[in-house]
Amino acid sequence: MSARDEILGRVRAALADVAPAVDVPTAPRVPNRGDLVALFVERVEDYRATVTRCAPGDLADVVVAALDGATTVVPPRLGIAVPGAVVDDGLSAAELDRIDAVVTRARVGIAETGTIVLDHEPDQGRRAISLVPDLHVCIVDASQVVADVPDAIALLDPARPLTWISGPSATSDIELDRVEGVHGPRTLHVVLVG
Amino acid sequence: MSGTFVGMPAFPTAARAALGDTQLRRNLAHATHTIRDKRARVVAEVEDWEELRIAGAAVKEAALRDLATHLETLEASLVRAGATVHWARDAEEACAIVASVTRAHGADEVVKVKSMATQEIGLNEALEAEGIAAWETDLAELIVQLGEDLPSHILVPAIHRNRAEIREIFRRRMGAVGRPAPEALTDEPAVLAGAAREHLREKFLRARVAVSGANFAVADTGTLVVVESEGNGRMCLTLPEVLISVVGIEKVVATWDELDPLLRLLPRSSTGERMNPYTSTWSGLTPGDGPQEVHVVLLDNGRTRALADEVGRQALRCIRCSACLNVCPVYERVGGHAYGSVYPGPIGAILNPLLNGVSDEQTASLPYASSLCGACFEVCPVRIDIPSVLVDQRAAVIDSHRGDRVPKQEALAMKAAAWTFADARRLRWAERASGLAGRVLGRFSRTTLPGGRTAAGRLPGPAAGWTGARDLPAPPRESFRQWWDRTDGGRDGGRQGDGS
Repeated sequence: MSARDEILGRVRAALADVAPAVDVPTAPRVPNRGDLVALFVERVEDYRATVTRCAPGDLADVVVAALDGATTVVPPRLGIAVPGAVVDDGLSAAELDRIDAVVTRARVGIAETGTIVLDHEPDQGRRAISLVPDLHVCIVDASQVVADVPDAIALLDPARPLTWISGPSATSDIELDRVEGVHGPRTLHVVLVG
Repeated sequence: MSGTFVGMPAFPTAARAALGDTQLRRNLAHATHTIRDKRARVVAEVEDWEELRIAGAAVKEAALRDLATHLETLEASLVRAGATVHWARDAEEACAIVASVTRAHGADEVVKVKSMATQEIGLNEALEAEGIAAWETDLAELIVQLGEDLPSHILVPAIHRNRAEIREIFRRRMGAVGRPAPEALTDEPAVLAGAAREHLREKFLRARVAVSGANFAVADTGTLVVVESEGNGRMCLTLPEVLISVVGIEKVVATWDELDPLLRLLPRSSTGERMNPYTSTWSGLTPGDGPQEVHVVLLDNGRTRALADEVGRQALRCIRCSACLNVCPVYERVGGHAYGSVYPGPIGAILNPLLNGVSDEQTASLPYASSLCGACFEVCPVRIDIPSVLVDQRAAVIDSHRGDRVPKQEALAMKAAAWTFADARRLRWAERASGLAGRVLGRFSRTTLPGGRTAAGRLPGPAAGWTGARDLPAPPRESFRQWWDRTDGGRDGGRQGDGS
């Protein structure tokens, strides 16, 4: 008998006396927290990420200022010009390792948890480009901010690879002291538009 | 095969050694109290935490109760998304699959995301025997691997090490397996984390094969989920050409939407954060992005054994947050090594016997490694009633000895008690003897319990095992039946005697 059939057979035997489904109650929603964008900013900053709010017309300038002259990679359809930036066309990991910064858009912002979710469409690029460089400048539109995790899950397409980002890379592995910056970008700069 | 550490003594012996290590106790007390406080703060922020727990428990319970259907759905979704699905009955089979996929690509090393399933099956050792180096990339796992140590916590495997010890391990061991630690290495956590970043970066950039586990596997979409903090997971899941994920069959949830309560419960329970820094989800292959060959190994290794246990099957709801370890008064004092398994603490004390059975002495000692205080149940985000399962597993241990040719002391004592209780005359004699013992103890004992009642200290002979760690209250001088006879059931008004 194949391992597959044997395991499935054992599962069925183990559950022979069990009624199949239990009702799954809907998980509770967070109460109305008022200004979601303000909450989002507060919660992102709580992870020691930098947040800059700007008007749509100022976006390009704010991004240039955030990069502060760092060598930069951008996804194919970022939607704004970043002077001097390399547009990703399948750079190798070693090539990305020699670049300081990346600028991407995002798909969703979650206010309750201060989380940004990327779905790696062409305005955000492949997963590798927002991972290897040490500075991630992430542009989030105020209209993309939702209240909580279930709202984000409803908007996201699981067929896409997704990266949920809550602050810069961190570890608590040494005496459970939180330290920002291990393997992912050590600096996360969120530019909130609108 | 079982995820237990080879040659570990039973819990009481290992615990005694751990209790003598004052450095270990200091490290553990500091760490568990820090994480406990953080958890309490972020859990208090959620108004409906209890409802969220109920929802999370229900998601996992529903998935388990119809597990065969969900596994078949998961397999079909994964295959549709371009992944190759393997099934492994046990550790050996799972390790052989990972080794053969790795070898098929001519690779002699893999980078690893922290994964309990791969630790449970002893994957690193199995790959090493095949000439394949497995590099742990989680900081705590790296500390454990470089220190040739054993993990002692589910979330923070190096919780038993302090910063000075970690600095020493990095200085002495990093150079032998790659980029050495910098000369100026201090014991600042940020500096140590920086050294790990430098050390592992060359491995991430070079590796062609990665091995991960998964926190959740979504049946209807074929999505795997890895929850992490450092970005080492993202590196492994993104940069190599080939990704092999070893996933316990109990990780299944039915639908994408059902991830919701779990993704809210896990970080708050685990690291005490509103959300962990990084969560990655992927469904098979994405052309032009990430690994272009994806394997998923669905692992049984005792899970169907646990599933067949009516009381114990709820342990398969576990999402490996480790909140139960951090609040456990036993874990806090003895640490993880004493449990002799990759699953320590209260959850380990039920999971190991459920996965492996209680036929060996070490596993059989685990259900007793608890005071049954119930703190673990209170913090469990998926409401596993650990104390009830512990009690049930104690019964399983006793049952497993019923046919022994030489009965255990406890069985003899129970037999003697049954014989005594079966006959009124025998019971009367036993009560007289007990009253006499009470009088003798009352006169000579130097131990007094709170409330003034005297107690026996350490007794010799067969009772030594019991009284070595407990006070045995002196029996009352008068039994209930003696009191009843003397006072005509209290109607004489005589409440005296010694009814203490």
